[in-house]
This record gives sequence, C-alpha cells and structure tokens, in this order.
Amino acid sequence: MMERSGVEVRLENLVRRYGTVTALDGLSLTLAPGELVALLGPSGCGKTTALRLLAGLEEADEGRIVIGGEDVTGLPANRRNIGMVFQAYSLFPHMVAWENVAFGLQMRRVNAAERKKRALDMLELVGLGRFANRYANQMSGGQQQRVALARALAIQPQVLLLDEPLSALDAKVRSRLRDEIRRVQLEVGTTTLFVTHDQEEALAIADRVGVMQAGKLEQLGPPTLVYSRPATPFVADFVGLTNRMSGTVRAGAVEVRGTSIPLVHPDVPDGPAIALIRPEAVTLASDGEMEEGPLVGTVIAVAFLGAVSRVTVDLGDTTVLAQLPTSAASQHPAGTKVRLALRTDPVLIQREEAVPAAS
Amino acid sequence: MPFLAYVGFFLVLPSVIIGIGAFLNADNAFTLDNFRNLSRSYVFKATIDTTVISAITALLGASLGAILAYAIVTGSPNGLLRRLTVSASGVLAQFGGVTLAFAFIASIGSAGFVYLFAKAHGFDYYAHGIWLFDIPGLDLVYLYFQIPLMVLVFLPALDGIKPQWREAAESLGGNTWHYWRHVAGPLLFPAFLGAVLLLFANAFSAYATANALINQGQPVLAQQIAGAMSSEVGAFEPGFAKAIAIEMIIIVTLVTILYSLLQRRTARWL
Repeated sequence: MMERSGVEVRLENLVRRYGTVTALDGLSLTLAPGELVALLGPSGCGKTTALRLLAGLEEADEGRIVIGGEDVTGLPANRRNIGMVFQAYSLFPHMVAWENVAFGLQMRRVNAAERKKRALDMLELVGLGRFANRYANQMSGGQQQRVALARALAIQPQVLLLDEPLSALDAKVRSRLRDEIRRVQLEVGTTTLFVTHDQEEALAIADRVGVMQAGKLEQLGPPTLVYSRPATPFVADFVGLTNRMSGTVRAGAVEVRGTSIPLVHPDVPDGPAIALIRPEAVTLASDGEMEEGPLVGTVIAVAFLGAVSRVTVDLGDTTVLAQLPTSAASQHPAGTKVRLALRTDPVLIQREEAVPAAS
Repeated sequence: MPFLAYVGFFLVLPSVIIGIGAFLNADNAFTLDNFRNLSRSYVFKATIDTTVISAITALLGASLGAILAYAIVTGSPNGLLRRLTVSASGVLAQFGGVTLAFAFIASIGSAGFVYLFAKAHGFDYYAHGIWLFDIPGLDLVYLYFQIPLMVLVFLPALDGIKPQWREAAESLGGNTWHYWRHVAGPLLFPAFLGAVLLLFANAFSAYATANALINQGQPVLAQQIAGAMSSEVGAFEPGFAKAIAIEMIIIVTLVTILYSLLQRRTARWL
C-alpha cells in the first residue's frame, strides 16, 4: 500500500485574467499536509481556474504556488507530480483500465512488470480489481471515475486534484463514490483539493470548505462552521437555504417580527436590515388558539425530503421555510394555521434599502 | 428499402452487367481471353502507374490534409477559419475533371500566368521538361482535390479527441511527444489509415482529370478502359474494357472493405 504522502500546498495571491474578465482575484489558500479542502462556488466563480493553475494546466498572471516548500509556479504540469481526476471522460479509450492506471508509471519509466503490479494494486484499492481488463466504454460512469482516481493516485502524487469528479454521475452512485474518494484519500493521506458546485458534496467530504465568489475566497473553514456561521451574506445564501426576513437592528441584535436575534457581527449601526435565517432555526406550533400575530401564518406546502421535511408558511407579506423532522412536519399539513418561532442563534444581516420578499 | 433499391440499381446492376460482359467475346461467347489480356504490358504498366499515383497522392494528400485539419481544430470551433476551410473543402473535394485540369494548365502550364511570372523572375520550373502533362503533374493536380477530401473525412476524428486526454497525459508526467506517441497517435491512426485508403480509392477511380491533362500514353487504368472502348485505333474490345473495369472494381472494393473496418475501429474510440 502507498505511504502517506501529504505535503503543504500554498496558493499565494493568485490572479488570472481572461481578457477583461478577472477569473481569480488575489486568491490565497493554504492546504495542510493530508488535508482535503473543497472549493465551492457557483459557475464562473474561479474555483476551476484555481485548480487548473495548481495543476499547471494554466499560468497565473500574478502570484505564487508552493508545494511542499518548493515554488512550482513556473513548472509545467508534467513536472509537478500532481494527480488529477477530471469531470468525466478522461480515461484513454484505447487502453484497458490497468493500462490507464499504469500510464503515469510508464511516463516515470517504471518497468513493465512493476507498473502492472502497481496498477492492479491501485485498482484493488478503489474496488475495481476485476475490471482491470475492461475498456472505458465497457464500464459505468462511476467505475470510470474510480479508475481515473486510481490512475491519479498510482503516481503517488504530492497533491490530488478533483475537478467536479462526481458531476456526471447519478445521485446514488455519486454519494457512494464520494464516500469512496474520502476513504481512499484518508488511506493514502494525499493533500487534496476538491472542486465542486454542489454544497452537499463539499460539506460531506471536506476537512475544510472554501466558498468562492467572483474570483475571491469568501470564507474558508470547517463545514459545520461555514454552514452554521457563514462569514458573508453570499455564503449564507449559497450554502444551504436561507430565509430573508426584514427586521430592524438595535444594539447588536436584529428584531424580526417581535423576536430579537443576536448578530454574528454585532458592531453594526442600528437601522433596517434583512436577517438571513436558516430553515432549521424556524420551528412551528399549531396547538391552542391561533391569534393573529406577526409570526402566525398558513402552511402552503410540505416537501418530503426523507428524514426531514421542508414546510413553506405564508405570513401574508412574505413566505418562510422551516425544516423539521418529518414526524413533526406531518402534524402541519397544507392549510394548517401555525405559529412560527425563531431560534435565537446569531444571524447575519444584509443592508438593503428595498427589503425583498423572503426566499 | 429505397437505399437497397438505389444501391441495387446504380451499383450492383452495372457491376453485374460489366462482370458478365468481361467473360464474353465479340460473338457473345464465353471466354477468359479478356482477363488473360490484362497481362499485356501496357495494361500492367497502367495498373502499376495508377497504383503509384494513387498511393502518392493518398499519402501526400492525407498528410497535408491532416495537418490542415489539425490547424482547424486547434482554432475556435465556430471560428471563421473553420467555417471557411470546411466550406471550401466541400467544394474543392468535388472540383475535378476538365475544369481542374484547365485551371492548372491556365495557371502553372507552360503558357500560364504563374509560369510566365516565375520565369520572368528567374525561376523556370520547366527547365528540365514540362512535367505538368506527365505523372508528377497528375500527382500535383490530384492533390488539389485529395487534400480537401482529407480535411472533410479527418475532421470528425480530430474533433473526437478530447482536450482532457492531453491534460490527463500531462498531469501524469507525459510531454507532447508522449501524448502523441501513446494517446492521440494510436487513437487517430486507424482514422488516418482509413482516410489514406479512401483517398487511394478516390484517385484510383479518377478518370476525367487525367484524361484532360494527359492524352498521350494513357498512364491511368481508367483511360485504358476508354481506349479499349473506342475504335479509333481499330482496337474495339468491349469485353477487355470490362475486364479492366472488373480489375478496378476488385481493387477499390478491397480498399473500401479495409476502410470500413478501420472506420469501425475509429468509431469505437472517438
């Protein structure tokens, strides 16, 4: 089996421009040895550009890339010792699985017998030992991506890059392969950068998640922190669902429909604001008398999501999402009058003159 | 069904008629003499010459056309260069016969404006003889439709090469040579070879261009058919002409079968 090969990776003030468009705008990011960092963001946010610069497939206009203490900014891709798994269809179609995995070893002049043995070992590692003699077109998408992972790891890379490797797969295969990638990454200990636009994927697989927007890193932190304490309104909006409820800031708290909720950043001036409230921070009650009030409304939809359900409540001037255990949500079918309660976890606010409807 | 009817009427039926006629003499009696006559020295020479011309123009046309096609795919997929080249190739691949021969005679022939201009500037490319009306000239003229044909048939294969393969090869430690040697080369080779065979068949069956350019010696096999069918020199031998046609059909059929086998292999990967 492979030795743990993690090294520190530093991206320092990376800038990449395409004509007048700045894809990366001074991105700095450090990956600890053996760590898996997921870069998350919408299309065009610069996450793939960051990964391609690290791979050496593109050149940075400014900034530095340091891998294991060595400045590799000017090194071509084939001299960086980086394994990469692409979105899809990157296996060489004229080679069987083990030949694909052995390709990098062949480039490193490993003798034929040794490279076949190591290729077969890697295929065993990803659970595809018996598919060694199959061509890409004889394997499913998930199997092809596992072969691609084995191929990337076979060269014992200093860094592993995963460029949306699950995006072309169906949901079930996707979640299984996600766990598989994490298992293998922990086993080999390679420092890994995982790029995705799927928040669930990023939160589930990474040691730390970096949320990007417009070529910049908005927040970098453990998944739980990014989710529960988003650093910016963009992160709050992009990671998980968020209710946008109008309120008024007063003395480091925001008052929303009669409920005072502390702020993540309390040092803000008083005045109108939009509070960003997670659906999990909203609870429902339908017992007793339903007097009219700012948090009393009518359930208009219940979406079953498995263990939890998402309930949409119409408050008259806005709608609010609440995420509840399915057993609790079942007590509030559509048409039921309910009273909302807002948990007083610290929230972020957005300053906008025109207060939009809740989303 | 309409396709089968079309093939049957325009391809199989004429072939059968030619096939039967090749075994008949002037009195419509069965004979093998027409095939024995294929060993006549001038027919044998025409077979060799046609094969050599076809092979040279196929290899040169395929190589130059592949380079041009590669230049196109490295540009923008919807760019002006691509649209222009593909459209021009579509026209030029069909641009043969008397028109093409005349175009060359009028431009680079011994009275053509290009020759006169070059000669006036000290470059007499006919100093050692006017090669335009010989086999080298035929090679050059054939290339004029062989290269565009190659662009048309090779572009889809080049389009099938995914950029991720090059990037994967690079990230695994390969350089440009490794990529072409181990990835793109093996993937494209069947398509290239198939295209060479197609171009070979295209040149092998060409008649009008050669006939317009060279009217002495009849170096091309198709001209021999015309010669055997005409009675100008008192050698009207329709059975023999059909035997030559059968020889050509067999060669082109073999080449086409090989081509389709290679195409099938290409389609599996690209």
